Amino acid sequence: MCRLFALTSEEPQSPMMAVRALDVMREGHDGSGVGLFLSDLGGPLEEMRGAPILSGIFSNEGLKRLDQFMIGIGFMTKYKMSIKIPKSPPPGVPKRDVYLIRAYEYPETWEGLSQEELDYRLLMTRLQLRQMGEEKGDMIIYSFWPDVIMLKELGDPLTVAEYLQLERKELQARVIMAQGRQNTNYAINLYACHPFFIQGIASMTNGENTAFVPIREFLSSRGFPGYMGYQSDSEVFTHILHFTLHRLGMGIEAYKHIITPLQDDDLKGHPQEGLLKTLKQSCRRLIIDGPNCVIGCLPDKSLFMVQDRKKLRPGVVGGRPGLYAFSSEICGLDATIPDRNKNEDFQPMHLDTAIVGPDRLEVKICSQMDSLPLPH
Amino acid sequence: MLSNGFITPSSLSVKDLPWQIRWEKDKCTLCGRCAAVCPVHTLELGVFRKRMVSTPDLSHLTPANPPATVYQTYHGVRQKTDPAYACVGCATCSLVCPNDCIMPFRTDEADKFRFHLNRGGQARNRGGRRNAPDAAQGGLLDQIKFTRISMLTDPALDAGRHEFELRSLLGRILPPEESLKLFHEQGWTPPVREIYPLLIGGMSFGALSPNMWEGIQMGVSYLNEEMGMPVRICTGEGGCPPRLLRSRFLKYVILQIASGYFGWDEIIHSLPHMKEDPCAVEIKYGQGAKPGDGGLLMWYKVNKLIAAIRGVPAGVSLPSPPTHQTKYSIEEAVAKMIQSMYMAWGFRVPVFPKISGTSTALAVLNNLTRNPYAGALAIDGEDGGTGAAYAVSMDHMGHPIASNLRDCYLNLVKLGRQNEIPLIAGGGVGKNGKLAANAAALIMLGASVVQTGKYIMQAAAGCVGSEADRCNICNIGLCPKGITSQDSRIYRRLDPEKVAERVVDVYLSFDTELKKIVAPLGRSTSLPIGMSDALAINDKSAAERLHIDYVV
Repeated sequence: MCRLFALTSEEPQSPMMAVRALDVMREGHDGSGVGLFLSDLGGPLEEMRGAPILSGIFSNEGLKRLDQFMIGIGFMTKYKMSIKIPKSPPPGVPKRDVYLIRAYEYPETWEGLSQEELDYRLLMTRLQLRQMGEEKGDMIIYSFWPDVIMLKELGDPLTVAEYLQLERKELQARVIMAQGRQNTNYAINLYACHPFFIQGIASMTNGENTAFVPIREFLSSRGFPGYMGYQSDSEVFTHILHFTLHRLGMGIEAYKHIITPLQDDDLKGHPQEGLLKTLKQSCRRLIIDGPNCVIGCLPDKSLFMVQDRKKLRPGVVGGRPGLYAFSSEICGLDATIPDRNKNEDFQPMHLDTAIVGPDRLEVKICSQMDSLPLPH
Repeated sequence: MLSNGFITPSSLSVKDLPWQIRWEKDKCTLCGRCAAVCPVHTLELGVFRKRMVSTPDLSHLTPANPPATVYQTYHGVRQKTDPAYACVGCATCSLVCPNDCIMPFRTDEADKFRFHLNRGGQARNRGGRRNAPDAAQGGLLDQIKFTRISMLTDPALDAGRHEFELRSLLGRILPPEESLKLFHEQGWTPPVREIYPLLIGGMSFGALSPNMWEGIQMGVSYLNEEMGMPVRICTGEGGCPPRLLRSRFLKYVILQIASGYFGWDEIIHSLPHMKEDPCAVEIKYGQGAKPGDGGLLMWYKVNKLIAAIRGVPAGVSLPSPPTHQTKYSIEEAVAKMIQSMYMAWGFRVPVFPKISGTSTALAVLNNLTRNPYAGALAIDGEDGGTGAAYAVSMDHMGHPIASNLRDCYLNLVKLGRQNEIPLIAGGGVGKNGKLAANAAALIMLGASVVQTGKYIMQAAAGCVGSEADRCNICNIGLCPKGITSQDSRIYRRLDPEKVAERVVDVYLSFDTELKKIVAPLGRSTSLPIGMSDALAINDKSAAERLHIDYVV
């Protein structure tokens, strides 16, 4: 099983905080890989909020091709974080040339573009780079987006984190998501490692998605270039969230209604029966069948957790104003925020969405039985 | 044969017939029930002459009274060999025999009877399904296995205790963006019905006896109202009894309109009196059992009641044209027909076409995707059943359902419209008794709904017809079980209440089996339509064709 840990903190934190929580939960994962998502960054990158940051792994050859490509478009390097790694990696971690975290200045020709167009171009640039990397096997691209850093590698999470010296002061964030385990359902592939990211939205999942194939077929046929990849059955959760927010114009409260709609008897008494029925019918192809616990981050830096209808996976949210964490297990939460009121810990059940907003003041619970805020 | 007999080309011996009747003289009580009940009158009184050696008691044995040959006669039954009266193997004689002394057996080699079924230049007509000699080995659907078993990484579910929502949608489903927009604008959206994924396919009032029809309708109503299972039934082309049209049970019924338009006069006249809308309207363009051919109700079955409901004279054969006479192109006329059917119920009832499996199904489907009113597409494969058709159509025409359905589903995936036009698949589902496994395989290949008719006749009423050409005389109205007869002396044998009970039995057991299939796959929240990663087959070319795993 995967183990997941996410935190949102007023003060920037080191990703080690999340990696250590994963280590506490090590009985629940096999230590085969780690994935990290950092946003609402601290350190030097905090000053460059608008600049898109490219995260990935490159060979020396790939780096040269990257530079050529980016210069060709007009991207100028604004800041780069150099990760100097020891010559030989620890057992279980492959040898890489460069772990890249680099912020860019937008091309001049992109000035004046609408936000939507800008977002689209960033996505397309990432996809182009990914394709180039797949052709020659010299680049792996995780994200290319302002205020987002991602890192994924094979190996035991704590070992990898120490090897990459993640406890450096320039690498800090207020929102951190971490997942420990390489994907095991399909071929071992770094693109199959959670968290997944698309246009400001990230999510990671515990559990297998038994409805994967029909959902993948639906998303791939939307005609949106970002709905691709699917080396892991969990990537669809990120894309369904993207679909909900961007294509349907609905909020996070609707996400649960898309992936696990209410059963008919419950729908009958619901204040928005008509709307929910429309959603249930037209989004039927996006219904997941679990068992899954999904933790995700929204473009406004809210963190959330949902469970599938069966609620077979563990998941808990707890903390104190200013620091909240979402964890697969309570021991992860205990290790990270021992000084919280444990009575307020919340384990979302089959109808709940637990959200901690960007203000980090409280855990907001919305139940599917509640009235749904209408899209604006 | 007598010494002065003569031989015609169609003089057959009992050996040449497909079914041979074994009769045991020792057990026979000469009650005559077998001969009376035989639907094809193959049994006639047999008067047999037998030579015996009669030996007197020793005390009477004298030269004047020696042992002698005597001739005795005894009575029994004899099997007619005239092809017109050949035994059909229904075994109703065995059913009624008080002493179990009579039973038909299949001949041990290919019969010669098949060459003589066209006397008078009449090509053979029959009911039933494609006579597929390999049926016993299992059709393709039976070979499909469900291999994606949830093991440890995602726990398998408990089919007996977990909650399941195994429902499907019938009607045009709009893309999410569009349906939300229309919801907010309060615009018209196509009607959608939530139904149980196993539909009872079209079997007309006329093809079926009144008792059979009533029994199935009662069973369906019970399933809906007492068991909470939204099971639906299609009328077939023969209209609907006026009492049902005016009842609240109409909502469980899909009204079929086909090329003969039989019964629609009555339906149109009932419109103002309807308490409920029907579930849907099916426009039949084709049928898997007799593709490219219209419905057929032979004159034997057109009695006064049937004639009244269909609005035709009694005692004449009712062959529907192979195509709707006014429909010459799908773009224009079919679209219009779909729309006019919508109009009849104020755009509140889904309308969908049914075609027979064909290599041109994709062209039909592609067209329907562009018609926002098309509520579904039903495809009926070559193994579908019928009450009457030319044997050649049944045995040789048509397209197997699996690849036809799969192509259509994958085409919808390419267009991004999978499940927006629900695909209804039928034709040989449960042919070998494996109803739930066949239905689940079709659902995972891409069907939203599966339909079956023949299985219901077999399981709910004891139809004895088989693909080894047993019985299959539905066409002439002499069904020994009273299922497809319009003769009250025959159909009174069938108790509608018992049929209803069996329909309920079938659905409840189907539901359990379906859960037993989807639960180990980890599915419970929604019907696993198109979950092809769960399927595999041990036939490499079939696996390639269907885009599923090949396993050995």
